[in-house]
Amino acid sequence: MAQTDRPLSPHLQVYRPQLTSVLSVFHRGTGVVLSIGVIFLTFWLVAAAWGPAAFNFVQAFYGSWFGYLVLLGFSFCLFYHLCNGVRHLFWDAGIGFDMETLYRSGWAVLIATAGLTLFAWFIGLAMGG
Amino acid sequence: MAEFTLPKNSRIRTGTTHPAPSDAKKPKRFKVYRHEPESGENPSVDEYTIDRAACGPMVLDALIKIKNEVDATLTFRRSCREGVCGSCAMNIDGTNTLACTKAIDDVKGDVKIYPLPHLPVVKDLVPDLANFYAQYASIKPWLQSDSPAPADRERLQTKEDRAKMDGLYECILCASCSTSCPSYWWNSDRYLGPAILLQAYRWIIDSRDEYTGERLDNLEDPFRLYRCHTIMNCTRTCPKGLNPGKAIAEIKKLMVERRY
Repeated sequence: MAQTDRPLSPHLQVYRPQLTSVLSVFHRGTGVVLSIGVIFLTFWLVAAAWGPAAFNFVQAFYGSWFGYLVLLGFSFCLFYHLCNGVRHLFWDAGIGFDMETLYRSGWAVLIATAGLTLFAWFIGLAMGG
Repeated sequence: MAEFTLPKNSRIRTGTTHPAPSDAKKPKRFKVYRHEPESGENPSVDEYTIDRAACGPMVLDALIKIKNEVDATLTFRRSCREGVCGSCAMNIDGTNTLACTKAIDDVKGDVKIYPLPHLPVVKDLVPDLANFYAQYASIKPWLQSDSPAPADRERLQTKEDRAKMDGLYECILCASCSTSCPSYWWNSDRYLGPAILLQAYRWIIDSRDEYTGERLDNLEDPFRLYRCHTIMNCTRTCPKGLNPGKAIAEIKKLMVERRY
């Protein structure tokens, strides 16, 4: 569509954000974050293989407030991507496409994400951090 | 590649303001996208305050009132004024819909009106839909059959087969759904978009059509069909209450099923 110098009508600038599109953007975003997060996971595993000194160094980082923040973000992204991924599996089977179900499953994903994140951290901290 | 900002010639400048008539009982402000191709200037948003008490109930009534009484240069498409022709599809209050079936009073605050998103603008609210129509033609939207029609009557369907087209044949090709889809914004050169895929599905499941395999072959492509990421803005915005997202999912299912 490059044949004219006609202006392009506004899109992102004017389109109302709504649950449908926002959750889709979240899914893409959390997927990217998870890919980056794998580097942190690898860092941890390599340190464990390297020896006690390296492992303690990495553990100290993950045990700091900043490390907690990174892990909190990572776990939230993991659970969101997981829950919304299940939603996608239902869609692939042709289920849950009417607007009412779509909004219900969308909110359910958000609630489940919050619940699973809190639950994982509760277990993690109760087991002694 | 996705471009998130508007090109230089498309950025919106401040436009003119047309105040309410002095005797207005119920003033309502409309902010309308304007583009005059011969001015050489960028598009603008003009403000029109009209008397809601002296105007019909729909956004299209307001546009016609503005064109008749305030600014005759305002340009938009319209025809049937009852939601069956699809001409007056535009972006109203942030979502795509038909101006003729969107009630003014359903919009809180100012009524913002833009052309359908991410299309070249011919003038004001009139976008260039040439690519959209070319994509429609590409799916061969007509009955394809090698067996001759019965000599004495039309090709018949069972009631069940006919019922499969409910929710599909009602599509008026207004392009609201396609231009609500971010995937279509970034890839409309290769991705067919929800409206055209819903139409494609309408012919795929037609029991009288004998080219189902060829139709599916044509869509078996990383872009044409599979740029749909089930964002579902399409179904959310369809002014006819149809479900293009579901139709696309059914095509994807058929793609898998035919392999086994």
